[in-house]
Amino acid sequence: MTDVIMPQMGESIAEGTVTKWHKKVGDRVERDEPLFEISTDKVDTEIPSPVSGILSEIRVGEGQTVPVNTVVGVIGDKVTKVTGTPPAVPRQAPSPSPAARPAAAPPTERGPRSSPLVRKMAREHAIDLLKLSGSGQGGRITKQDVLKQLESQRAPAVSTPSKAPVKAPAAVAAAPPQGRIEIAPMSGIRKSIAEHMVLSRRTSAHVTTVFEADVSRIVQARESLRRRFEKEDGVKLTYTPFFIRAVTSALKSFPALNASIEGDRILYRKDYNIGVAVALEGGLIVPVVHHADEKSFLGLARAVSDLAERARGKKLKPEEVQGGTFTVTNPGPYGSLFGTPIINQPQVAILGVGGIHKRPVVVNDAIAVRSMVYLALSFDHRLVDGALADQFMADVKRRLEGWDEKIL
Amino acid sequence: MTEVTYLEAIRQAMWEEMERDPRVILLGEDVGLYGGAFKVTAGFLEKFGKDRIIDTPISEEGYTGVAIGAAFNGLRPIVEFQFIDFIANAFNMITNFAAKSRYRWGAGVPIVMRGPSGGGVRAGPFHSQNPEMHFVHTPGIKVVAPATVADARGLMKAAIRDEDPVLYLEHKKLYRHVKASSADLESQEDVVPIGKAIVRRVGEDIAVVTYSAMLYVALEAAEILAKEGIELEVIDLRSLVPLDKELILASVRRVNKVMILHEDTRTGGMAGEIAAIVAEEAFDDLDGPIVRVTAPDTPVPYAAALEDAFIPRAEDVVRAARRLAAY
Repeated sequence: MTDVIMPQMGESIAEGTVTKWHKKVGDRVERDEPLFEISTDKVDTEIPSPVSGILSEIRVGEGQTVPVNTVVGVIGDKVTKVTGTPPAVPRQAPSPSPAARPAAAPPTERGPRSSPLVRKMAREHAIDLLKLSGSGQGGRITKQDVLKQLESQRAPAVSTPSKAPVKAPAAVAAAPPQGRIEIAPMSGIRKSIAEHMVLSRRTSAHVTTVFEADVSRIVQARESLRRRFEKEDGVKLTYTPFFIRAVTSALKSFPALNASIEGDRILYRKDYNIGVAVALEGGLIVPVVHHADEKSFLGLARAVSDLAERARGKKLKPEEVQGGTFTVTNPGPYGSLFGTPIINQPQVAILGVGGIHKRPVVVNDAIAVRSMVYLALSFDHRLVDGALADQFMADVKRRLEGWDEKIL
Repeated sequence: MTEVTYLEAIRQAMWEEMERDPRVILLGEDVGLYGGAFKVTAGFLEKFGKDRIIDTPISEEGYTGVAIGAAFNGLRPIVEFQFIDFIANAFNMITNFAAKSRYRWGAGVPIVMRGPSGGGVRAGPFHSQNPEMHFVHTPGIKVVAPATVADARGLMKAAIRDEDPVLYLEHKKLYRHVKASSADLESQEDVVPIGKAIVRRVGEDIAVVTYSAMLYVALEAAEILAKEGIELEVIDLRSLVPLDKELILASVRRVNKVMILHEDTRTGGMAGEIAAIVAEEAFDDLDGPIVRVTAPDTPVPYAAALEDAFIPRAEDVVRAARRLAAY
């Protein structure tokens, strides 16, 4: 018997929703064959079966949200493992097979007294109401009990948990809506981004420093490489791999930028896993190029275009959105000069690459037309001081401006 | 700076509308020579003349019918019931005639039916009633019940300009008790749209939905409860038909507990209707039972002690709110 679990789809992900089962109880499934689909804060994806066998039990039905690592189903090796199902007609019964029933919530067991709102909140946040003690009448679990639980779950991630946030925003939101308004529920990914952004703002002491770099050599290099990469290797070359390459090299000289803070310890990361922000409809996701420093330039370019493409197709694997040590984001495509990005926790820095534009600049006391870009680095001042951040950026700038084809 | 009472606001609104629109006429018992039982129409006869200010016999069904006929012929009559209790006499005219006319023939009946409602002034069972639900239940009639001076004025103007029958419920206890400065009033919009509720106090523990004179009971209770750390959100419906469902539901979705408070009796009251809407449309957002605070199912008592017990008081709201907050 093999347990099928809700996979961890990213560091900050605590839960996932089973959106679809591709197999019914009693169905045969091959290893790596799509078994079910899930939706999490970060990705919607198909989960392949970990082994070949017979799906003998579904414990988490479609539409249910459960914490990661929850057993959602069980795969056995024989259909006979399905207790109580007559072997002769394992698949025909259109009604749920008897085996599936007891696995779902036993109808006799009643949860603690609560309210429709509390049950909804418990579903949304995967809270086990049995573990809460109620402060309402007769031990009833109230909204306040759930809010307190949510806060205590969140507290360890933040060094100074404040009680204020629960009440304060309510007062702000309290003004009655005026005028013509359409109200829509937030999608999972939207809620996740909202939560993560505010958490990051609250966690890190954000400072942004802006540099300007002459990337004319890179523009030329890309022009000359683009067709070759596309023709010979089928890789679409963007500017992103160039920036990742420069950043990765610079990070090796400035380990504090490739680190994270855990309590009062500093974790210097020895892997150079660079996250690349990819805009999606209604959200964004940050797939990670693992070991960016160990890849050839072609390998890097291939990894970036492959991850971006699969991010848009919702085909990323869980490990591909995990483990980042530094992030590159690109606010340039729509004409932004530069932005002040928010750090992707638990990292300590993020580089925002603005749009590349030709500008008149002074070179050797003459005015020349050069391809220029603004680079904005947001860093966590808890760990990184301004001088260090600027030295790092000067290094990145030097590597970009002195781009050398030989390093390919 | 002069103060404007609730009664004066009603008077002003009718006066200005009659000046603005010669089609507006006024009918009722003692509205002319006597100036109205509560003096709401004092001076109207002198100003607008007996063609537009019509004293009628004691004949509610008769003069309501006259008003409907006049409306068919292009006028915009205001019908006064000396006490709104007497509207029962015109029930057939209103529910079978005025309310259904647009539906049957596409002919709107732009009349305003107004009169003093509510208790608390020792007026007994025939002069203290809240008859709104007879008409809320009848499709085709709009029903408004202002609680503030500005709304008394703005809703009257909206009612007169409306193309369909509007029942305008004045609370007689508010007539001279509620005041606003004329400057405040001038800063308000001239017309208050029918069908829009308003949040009078923002709170996050219990949403209290109410209207008319009970607004002040809710606000008084909110002051007491605030000292105990229970924050009431107070919603003033202003209009019962059309009902501002969106505002109620938005509040319930945020606050998660709801109480409905009205002076009308309990069974078949507005509270039951709102409770049903909340249960149907916001069940998942409820963190406690939907609570009603209303008058009991009896006629309005004449005896002072009984009338005091009959009409919901701040202490009734406080008690119910404490229970609901602890639920």
